[in-house]
Amino acid sequence: MIKNGKDFWTGLIYIFFGASAIIIGRDYTMGTAVKMGPSYFPTILGGILLFIGIISLVRSFLKSGTAIEGITIRGMTLVAISTVLFGLLVRKTGLIVALPLLVLVSALGGRGMRWVPALILALGLTLFCILVFIKGLGIPLPIIGPWFGQ
Amino acid sequence: MEFFEHLSIGLSAALTWTNLLYCLAGVFIGTLIGVLPGLGPTATIAMLLPITFTLPPVSALIMLAGIYYGSQYGGSTTSILVNLPGEAASVVTTLDGYQMARRGRAGVALTASAVGSFFAGTFATFLIALFAPLLAEVALKFGPAEYFSLMILGLVAATVLAQGSLLHALGMVVLGLLLGMVGTDVTSGTQRYTFGFPYLADGIGFVVVAMGMFGLAEITRNLEREEGRSIMAKITSLLPTKEDWKRMVAPILRGTVIGSAVGILPGSGSILGSFAAYSLEKKVSRNSAQFGKGAIEGVAAPESANNAGAQTSFIPMLTLGIPSNPVMALMVGAMIIQGIQPGPAVITEQPSLFWGIIVSMWIGNFFLVILNLPLIGIWVRMIMVPYKYLYPAILTFCCIGVFSLKNSEVDIFLMAMFGVLGYLLSKLDCEPAPMLLAFILGPLMEEYLRRAMLLSRGNPWVFVQRPISATLLALAVLAILAVLLPSFRKTREEAFKE
Repeated sequence: MIKNGKDFWTGLIYIFFGASAIIIGRDYTMGTAVKMGPSYFPTILGGILLFIGIISLVRSFLKSGTAIEGITIRGMTLVAISTVLFGLLVRKTGLIVALPLLVLVSALGGRGMRWVPALILALGLTLFCILVFIKGLGIPLPIIGPWFGQ
Repeated sequence: MEFFEHLSIGLSAALTWTNLLYCLAGVFIGTLIGVLPGLGPTATIAMLLPITFTLPPVSALIMLAGIYYGSQYGGSTTSILVNLPGEAASVVTTLDGYQMARRGRAGVALTASAVGSFFAGTFATFLIALFAPLLAEVALKFGPAEYFSLMILGLVAATVLAQGSLLHALGMVVLGLLLGMVGTDVTSGTQRYTFGFPYLADGIGFVVVAMGMFGLAEITRNLEREEGRSIMAKITSLLPTKEDWKRMVAPILRGTVIGSAVGILPGSGSILGSFAAYSLEKKVSRNSAQFGKGAIEGVAAPESANNAGAQTSFIPMLTLGIPSNPVMALMVGAMIIQGIQPGPAVITEQPSLFWGIIVSMWIGNFFLVILNLPLIGIWVRMIMVPYKYLYPAILTFCCIGVFSLKNSEVDIFLMAMFGVLGYLLSKLDCEPAPMLLAFILGPLMEEYLRRAMLLSRGNPWVFVQRPISATLLALAVLAILAVLLPSFRKTREEAFKE
C-alpha cells in the first residue's frame, strides 16, 4: 500500500526524468573522465536522479506522510490556457487582441469576477502595456498583427 | 584610505540623476510587490529583465537590486497591518507585528521595522564594501576544482535550507542541473536533449523557467482558495515612545549581525535570517513572555535580519560570480546579458559598476525609509486591491516579459509548461528555488568539472587534494550530516512550521 502519496509521485517523476536523461544520452558520445563527451555529465546526473527517485518510491511504501491536498485543476488549466492562447495569437493579431483576451479569459475564469470590471481591467492593462512598454520603453512588440492587414 | 577611494568611485557612479531615478524606481517597485501578495521578487525581476537590456549596466543592476531589498520593506508592511506576509522573509513578523497593530500600535511597529531595516541596510552595505574585495582576492586563486566544489556547497546549502523533504530537494537540484544540459554542448557542439527543435539549441531560457515556476505556479497556488476579506489595522501614531526605543536597540543590533552572517551563506538569502533572529530574541529577551502578544523586539529583530540578509547575499554573487539564491541567479543573468562576466574580476575591471551598486544600496535604503513611513498611505490602499484584479495583471506582465526576450511564442508555451510543472511539484513538497539555482549553475558546473578533470588527468581525488576545495566539500558534507542529526532536524522543522 502507498503510505505517502507525495513520495510516490515525486519518485515517479524523478525516475521518469532520470531514466530519460540516461536513455536519450546514449545517442551522444560518452568520452572519458579526462576528456568528457557531451553525454558524460548528464548520464551521471540521470543516474543520481534515478537513484533518488527509486529511494523516494520505496520510501512511499514504508513511511507515511501528509496527503496531497487542494490541487486546483481549474486554476491550473485557467493559467495555462490563457497563457497559451496569448502565445498563439500575439504574433498574428498583435497585442491589441491577444492581450485583452488573455486578461478576459484569465479574469472571468476565476471566481466572482463580473463582465464590466473584467472589461475595464482588460482595456486598462492593454493601454498601459502599449503606452509604457512599447511607446515609453521602446520594446519592439507588435501592436497590430498581420491578421489585420499590417 | 582605499576604502574611501572606493566609496567615492561608487558615489560618483550612483549619484547621477539617471541612476538615482533607477534606484528610486527599483525600491518603489520592490515595495509595491512586497505589499502585493502573490508576487515575489524572483518573478518580478524575471519579468523586468528584458526591459533592462536597453539600459546601461550600472542603471540596470541598481534597479534590480533595489527591487530585491525593497521587497523586504514592503513585505513587512502587510505582515503588520493585515497579518499576511507579503514575502516569505516577513512570515515571523506577523507574530508580533500584527499583535501590535491590534493593540493600536501599528504605526510604532512600522517604524520599528523601517528603522531596523535601515540600520541593517546601512551596516550590510559597509560590510559588503569591506569584505567583498578581500573575498574577491581569495577567489582569484580559485581553479576549476575550487569552483566546482563551491557550487556543490552552494547547491547542498540550498537543499538543506529548503522546506520539506531533504530527498525531494536533492532531486530538485539534480533535475535543475539536468534541465541546464538542454541545448548545444559548448565543447563538442552536440545538440543535447533538444528533440530536434531548433528553438532549444540555445538551451531553455532561465527567465522562462523562473517566470513559470515562480510567477505562474504562484498564481495557481493563490487560486486554490477563496479570497478572504482582510481587516486592516488603523495607523494612529508612527512615533515610538522612549521605552520602545530602548527596547528596540539591542534586538536591531543582534538581528543585523545574524541576518548579515546568514545572508552570506549560499542558498539562504533573507528567509532563514529572520527566523533565526526571532528565535534568538525570544530566548535572550527580558520580555520573552510578551513574545507573540505584541513585543516590539519581535518586530525589530527579524525585520533587521531579513534586510541585512537580502543585502549580504549579494556578496557571493558579486565576488565569486556564484549566485546564492534565485534572485541572485537572475542578477547574474542580467550581468551576462549586459556583457559582464560575473566573478572576482568584476571589482578590478568594472570598479564603477561594482562600487556604484553598493553605494546605491545605501541610497536605496534611505529612499525606502521615506517611502515606507511618511508615504505609508499609498501602500495601505494597495493592500486592499483584491487578488482577482491582480492576477490577470501579473499574468499579462509575465507573458509580455517572456515574449519580449526573443520575440518567440515558444518561450510563452514553455513558460506555461513550467508553470504547470512547478505547481504540481510544489504540491508534492518539491521547492522550486533549489531547482532554479541548479538550472543556472548546471552548464558552469559541467565546464568546471571538465577542466578540473582535464588538468588532473582524470584523477577524481583532485577535489580533496587541493585544500580550499577540500574545505568547501567538507562543509557540504557537514551541512548534510547536520540535517540528518535528529536534534537539528527538529529545529529545522519548527523553523519552517509557519
